[in-house]
Amino acid sequence: MRPAGGMQVRVQETAFDFGAEAAAFARNRTDLGAIVTFSGIVRDVDGGLTVMEIEHYPGMTEKALEKIAAEASTRWSLGEVLVIHRYGRMGPGEQIMMVATAARHRKDAFEAAEYLMDYLKSRAPFWKKEQTGRDSSWVAATDEDEDALKRW
Amino acid sequence: MDVLYFAWVRERIGLPSEKVDTGASTVAELVEELRAREDRYAVAFSDLAALRVAVDQELTDFDAPLDGAREVAFFPPMTGG
Repeated sequence: MRPAGGMQVRVQETAFDFGAEAAAFARNRTDLGAIVTFSGIVRDVDGGLTVMEIEHYPGMTEKALEKIAAEASTRWSLGEVLVIHRYGRMGPGEQIMMVATAARHRKDAFEAAEYLMDYLKSRAPFWKKEQTGRDSSWVAATDEDEDALKRW
Repeated sequence: MDVLYFAWVRERIGLPSEKVDTGASTVAELVEELRAREDRYAVAFSDLAALRVAVDQELTDFDAPLDGAREVAFFPPMTGG
């Protein structure tokens, strides 16, 4: 049994193994009954997406993610939180990021995971650029992303 | 002070970061100084509603004071996740 209350934030260019991360997160867990994982992948909605490029703000990114994870830990009863977010170039189908939350009960784990997702969409300094053939364009933030924060 | 630009703000200005000597006391005053420099700055800062700002790596607003600030960053609304 590992001590509860851990918080891990990783910002990296390299790919991660979602299955291995989820398994490691859940390993030897006898004190917490609920683990929720979420992974965001590069999607190609209209066809033709060749590369997704993610820019970030080194230094601020880690701080912002840690702040969001710490806030989630105060709002919900969580045993552990993991946030991994990539930057750089990735192709359709590749994993961009994941969050995992562990709690005694599933409600805390689910809600905290949703909170983390809502906040890291619009409060962590990442910017996505989509390349389709010779064109590239920055992904615009949406009103829905901003509205999603109001429910918390 | 270091001024940083990200995403399309960086592309429009043509630089990721630069040292700026300024007497500006707020972010808004710094923006005015930058706008007056050259067209590319005026274009990048034409619509502040489309921009976000961080002072010393903390999100803030354009009225924020700059006293003692080491780093100011301008960027569009974030699109993580």
